[in-house]
Amino acid sequence: MTESLWQNLWTGYVFPGGLILVHILMLLVPLLVAVAYLTLMERKVLAAMSLRMGPNVVGPFGLLQPLADAGKLIFKETIIPSGANKFLFLAAPCITFILAMIAWAVIPVADGWVISNLNVGVLYLFAISSLGVYGIIIAGWSSNSRYAFLGALRSSAQMVSYEVSMGLVIITVLLCVGSLNLSAIVNAQKTVWFAIPLFPMFIVFFISALAETNRHPFDLPEAEAELVAGYQVEYSSMAFALFFLGEYANMILMSGMTTILFLGGWLPPMDIAPFNWIPGVVWFCLKIFVLLFVFIWVRATVPRYRYDQLMRLGWKVFLPFSLLWVVLTAGVLLAFDLLPKGV
Amino acid sequence: MALLDRGARSIFLWEVVKGLGLTFAYMFKPRATLNYPYEKGPLSPRFRGEHALRRYANGEERCIACKLCEAICPAQAITIEAEPRDDGSRRTTRYDIDMTKCIYCGFCQEACPVDAIVEGPNFEFATETREELFYDKDKLLANGERWEYEISRNIAADAPYR
Repeated sequence: MTESLWQNLWTGYVFPGGLILVHILMLLVPLLVAVAYLTLMERKVLAAMSLRMGPNVVGPFGLLQPLADAGKLIFKETIIPSGANKFLFLAAPCITFILAMIAWAVIPVADGWVISNLNVGVLYLFAISSLGVYGIIIAGWSSNSRYAFLGALRSSAQMVSYEVSMGLVIITVLLCVGSLNLSAIVNAQKTVWFAIPLFPMFIVFFISALAETNRHPFDLPEAEAELVAGYQVEYSSMAFALFFLGEYANMILMSGMTTILFLGGWLPPMDIAPFNWIPGVVWFCLKIFVLLFVFIWVRATVPRYRYDQLMRLGWKVFLPFSLLWVVLTAGVLLAFDLLPKGV
Repeated sequence: MALLDRGARSIFLWEVVKGLGLTFAYMFKPRATLNYPYEKGPLSPRFRGEHALRRYANGEERCIACKLCEAICPAQAITIEAEPRDDGSRRTTRYDIDMTKCIYCGFCQEACPVDAIVEGPNFEFATETREELFYDKDKLLANGERWEYEISRNIAADAPYR
């Protein structure tokens, strides 16, 4: 009796739990390293595009710069404003960071390489990315500072507006796949990546992703020219670092989501000899890398939108446009009998 | 037609794409900046940097304690005390420059009748404490010894224009 109980405990709980923990570490450690080096890449690419050098002193080509930055942030003092709600003030960066991390649970990095192969993966991702606004709005409110509060208000309005069109874009993809499972979405793109037939949706999704992650040209929540740093204005040290990590992890997450929905996830561009020798992980990372480059590239190119322009783009352009494409895609699928059956 | 043209441009994000192309092209252009601590830009002979008190070739101090520099200094950064030396010549016993007050206008070197106080080409004298920037006579004379070659060359280069 006792023996089988111990056996059950081992095979039923300890071993699978440990395995999941190992999987999580295998995903999160490279992810955090990627976040650290994304900051370096951003600085390097921005520097190159404005004819500067970028960080080049710490280590060869400045490769140790992220470590130096992290060290600096860790050893600084976390200042809590006297008017702030202490608990929420410290909870906000944790929320942002945790939400940016847990979304990765459903991202298939390669065929079968996924921590939790949810059948509602897309909904989960969408829910988590929507929850991200809580971190920001709590930070803005609990700081008890005007700049922070304005930044948080802007951010929540912006994220809500762009999620609507993003949802419609996702619906078009789902119409073509017939499943909410992310691995199934990737497998449905074996013949052609959705970026090609749904190209306008791909662009709408990418621009919405820029708005969703508060990146340029939609970085109004932290618009340094008018709001100093928006919701981050009162944060210092590790609390600031968590926001920073969360923001960049969200960028990678959004790139991953775009890759899965439109660029065929881990699939090679063509299923022929030199391409399909390369493992799927490499393809997935490569596509994310290219998208992240575009994130930075756009930042180097486009000036910040005015707030009314941002809202106009979200509600008066993207929303009707993506709605039209949902109807159009659905009509075409129905008319030519292309609807996916019984996935 | 113009409407169609404008509409097409805005739908296909034409301006954005053009801008992206431009920034991409710029990424491969040569850098416009200097890699500062390793590369430095050229300095004019008239550059007004860190101060120095010079000596004559025989080792005698140039400064005769006329206090013209102290008088002209708009920031009142210079403090001089003087008394006759044992051999009867007039010399400073104290020559202090508060480098935190100095505005590097160069009036002191213009006022000096014997080219004793000059502003040398050195601009990298940042310190970790404020006190280190209160220069005394020893420090200024040491600067003079250290930068004499560059300072005399700069004075010679600028001489034809005075």
